[in-house]
Amino acid sequence: MILRRSARWLDDRLGAASVARTSLSKVFPDHWSFMLGEIALYCFVTLVLTGVFLTFFFEPGTNDVVYHGAYAPLDGARVSAAYASSVRLSFDVRTGLLMRQVHHWAALVFLAAIVVHLCRIFFTGAFRRPRELNWLIGVSMLALSLFNGFSGYSLPDDLLSGVGLRIAYSITLSIPVVGSWLAFLVFGGEFPADQIIHRLFVVHILLVPGLLVGLLAAHIGILVRQKHSQFPGPGRTEHNVVGSKLWPTYATRSTALFCAILAVLLALGGFAQINPIWLYGPFEPSQVSSPAQPDWYIGWVEGALRMYPPWEFRVFGRLVPNPFVPAVLVPGVTFLALYLWPFLEQWLTRDRDAHQLLDRPRDHPVRCAAGAGTLAFYGLLLATASNDVVARLTRVPVASLTWAGRVILLVGPPVAAAATYVVVRALRDSGAEGVLQVSFGQLVAAVRATGRRRPGRGARGQGRRRRPATIAGGSEDR
Amino acid sequence: MTRPDADGRDAGVPAGRRPGAPEGEAGRPVRVRPPRPERRIAAAFGLTAAAAIGFAAVYWQGGQTQLEGVLLAVAFAGLAYGLGAWSARLMPQGPFVEEHEPFGSSRRQRAAFAAEFEEDVQAISRRRFLGRALVLAVGALGAALLFPLRSLGPRPGRALYQTPWRAGAQAVTADGRPVRAADLAVGSVLTVFPAGHVEAGDSAALLIRVDADVLRPAPERAGWSPQGLVAHSKLCTHAGCPVGLYEQGSNLLFCPCHQSVFDLLDRARPISGPAARPLPQLPIEITADGYVRARGDFEGPVGPGFWSRPP
Repeated sequence: MILRRSARWLDDRLGAASVARTSLSKVFPDHWSFMLGEIALYCFVTLVLTGVFLTFFFEPGTNDVVYHGAYAPLDGARVSAAYASSVRLSFDVRTGLLMRQVHHWAALVFLAAIVVHLCRIFFTGAFRRPRELNWLIGVSMLALSLFNGFSGYSLPDDLLSGVGLRIAYSITLSIPVVGSWLAFLVFGGEFPADQIIHRLFVVHILLVPGLLVGLLAAHIGILVRQKHSQFPGPGRTEHNVVGSKLWPTYATRSTALFCAILAVLLALGGFAQINPIWLYGPFEPSQVSSPAQPDWYIGWVEGALRMYPPWEFRVFGRLVPNPFVPAVLVPGVTFLALYLWPFLEQWLTRDRDAHQLLDRPRDHPVRCAAGAGTLAFYGLLLATASNDVVARLTRVPVASLTWAGRVILLVGPPVAAAATYVVVRALRDSGAEGVLQVSFGQLVAAVRATGRRRPGRGARGQGRRRRPATIAGGSEDR
Repeated sequence: MTRPDADGRDAGVPAGRRPGAPEGEAGRPVRVRPPRPERRIAAAFGLTAAAAIGFAAVYWQGGQTQLEGVLLAVAFAGLAYGLGAWSARLMPQGPFVEEHEPFGSSRRQRAAFAAEFEEDVQAISRRRFLGRALVLAVGALGAALLFPLRSLGPRPGRALYQTPWRAGAQAVTADGRPVRAADLAVGSVLTVFPAGHVEAGDSAALLIRVDADVLRPAPERAGWSPQGLVAHSKLCTHAGCPVGLYEQGSNLLFCPCHQSVFDLLDRARPISGPAARPLPQLPIEITADGYVRARGDFEGPVGPGFWSRPP
C-alpha cells in the first residue's frame, strides 16, 4: 500500500514507470563468466565500505608521535602519525583489524577479478564493435585500480611500503628530461619528503575512487544501453539476449554473489593475516626489510626491475637510468597495447561488423596465441619478482636465478604462444570437445596447417561477414 | 545454464518474453528438484540471524578479530546460500529473450541532425576572428592555470648532486653516537650518518672494516680508507633501496630489493643484478682521538640515476 503510493508519487514527478518496467526486465545471460565483472564491482563496494571506516581512524601524517596502545612491543616508540594510527586502528579500535584486513584482501581480489574479467572479454572477443568504448573504459579502470592499490598499501608508512615508495620515487626520477622535476613535484621534494603520505591519502580516498565511480557508471551505463553480448546457442542470435530477467531472479542471484564475496573476504580478513605492519616496523630511510615483495598486482613491475640487465645509456650526453625501461616503458607499452588491441584486431582481421554473439576462444587461434604469450610474459615477470624467496628455498644462488629468469622471459612467452596456437588450431579444425580430446595426429595436422587459411573459407574475414549484422551495421538500409 | 521451465509463472512480462520452445532444449531432461527448498532457505536465513547476534555479542564483549571474521562470514554465507537458492528454485526461471534495438540512427535522423547542427555551426563560424580570439583566451587561461602545480614541490636544484656530508663531518650512528675507528673489528659493518643529519634520506653510508692487506685502493683514492675502513653510500644505484646485506667472507654487498651485488674491494662495482653504477665512495679519515669523519662529500651523486647526472 505504502509502496504503491510512493511509487505513484515518484511517477507523478519523474514519469519513471515505463523506464522502470524496461530496466527491471533487462535480460542477463546466464553463463557464469558474466559474473566475473560483478565480483570486481562487489569488491569495489566492499573496498569503499571498509575504506570509509578506516579513514575515520587513519592520520596521514609523517610527523613524529609517541605510540601508546595495546600493542606492547611498540608502546612508547616514536613513530610517524601515519604508522602509529595504522597500528592503533589495528589493535586499539574494535573490529579495526578485521576492517583493515578485509580492505586489503578485497583489494587483492578486486584486481584479480578485473584481470580475469579482462581475460574473459579478450578471449571471447567481447571487445569487438560495438563494445570498444567499454573496453577502453575497462582498461582505464584497471590502470587506476593498480595505482590505487599501490597508493593504499603505501599509506601506513611501514618499512616494507616505505621502501616501495622509494622505488616509485626512483622510477619517477628515471623519466628522461622531466624526471627530477616530476619526482620533486609529486613527492614534494627529495625523498623522503614529508608530503607524500598526505598526498597519497587524498589521491587514494578521493581522486582515484571518484574517477573509478565515474568510469564504473559509464561502464555499466554503456552495458545497459548496448545490452549484453552472449555465447552462441539455441535460440540465441545476433539480435537478442537470452537469459534471466533483472527482477527478481537475477537481482537476487547477484545479491547472493555479493554476500558470498563478503563471506569469503570476511573469512580471509578474520583468519589470514595480511600486511602485518607492526612486524615490519616503521619506515626508516636507511633500513630495508628482506625478503620484500609488493602486492601481487605490482609484482610484474617488480619482476621487470629485477630481470632487466644492468644497462644504462646516454642520450645527448644525458643519462637514461636503468629503471626507465622496465618500470616506465614496459608498463607504458603494456597499457598502450591493451588500449589499442580492439583496433589492432579490427585492422588485422578487417572485421568491422557489430557482434552480439561471442567467439569461442578456439575460433581465433591467433588471438588466443597473443593472449597466452602475453599472460605467460606477465606471469613469468610476477614469478621472477620472488627470485630471492626461491633462492632461499632452493639454495640456488640468486644470481643464477636471475640469469635463468632472463632466459625464460625471452623464450617462455613465444613458446607458450606457439603451443597455444597449435592446440587451439587443432581444437578448431578437429571440432574436438575439449583439449583432452585432441589426438596427437590432430596436433600434427594443426602444425602442418599453420599459416594456411581455414579450409572452406574465402578471403580473410569472409566467414565473419556472413553473419547477419545488427546494431549500427544495419542502420544504413533504413 | 538456461533452465527450461514448464510452469508459466509470471505471465505478462513487458520486455522479456519466452522464446517459443527454443530448439535443442525440448529434448533435454528436466532436472528433478528436491521438494521444499523453502525449509533450507529459511534455515540459512536463521543461521545468518544467529551469526549476526553472535557478532554483536562478541563486539559487545570487547571484540576478537578471528571470531568477528568467522561470524560475519557465516552470516553472509547464510544470506548467499538463501538468496542463491531462492533465486534458483523459487523465482521465475528463463530463458527470457530481449531483442536488441538497432543502434545508429536512421539516415533521415542523421541527415536532419547534421543539417541543423551545421546551420548552427555556420552561424558561429562566420565570426572566425572571434573564434580565434576565444581559442587564444581559453588557451592562455588553461596554461596559466597549470602554474599552481609548481607549488607542489621545490626546485630540484643541487639536491640530487649533494648530501649533507662535508669535509670534517663526524660519522655518527642512527642514534647519534659518534663512531670510533676502534668500534669496528675486521669484517664488521655499521650504517653511519653525518652528525646532525641522521634523518636525511641520502646520507646513509656503510662503514666497513676490511683486512687492510686485501684492500688495494686505486691511486686516486689513496687515503680514502684508513686502516682498512671503507665507506660507501648505502643507497643502491639502481632504485635507491638501502643496500642492507654485507657478506663478510667475500666482501660483497647485496641489495635485498632487486638483488644487485656490489664488490666492496673493487670500488663497490656492480657485479650482478640490474644496478649499473658502483656505490659512490665516501672519503674518510680518522682523527687523532680515534673518531671517524669525512674528508668531503661522496665522490658523486648517490642513489638512483637521473637525466642530468654527470657521467
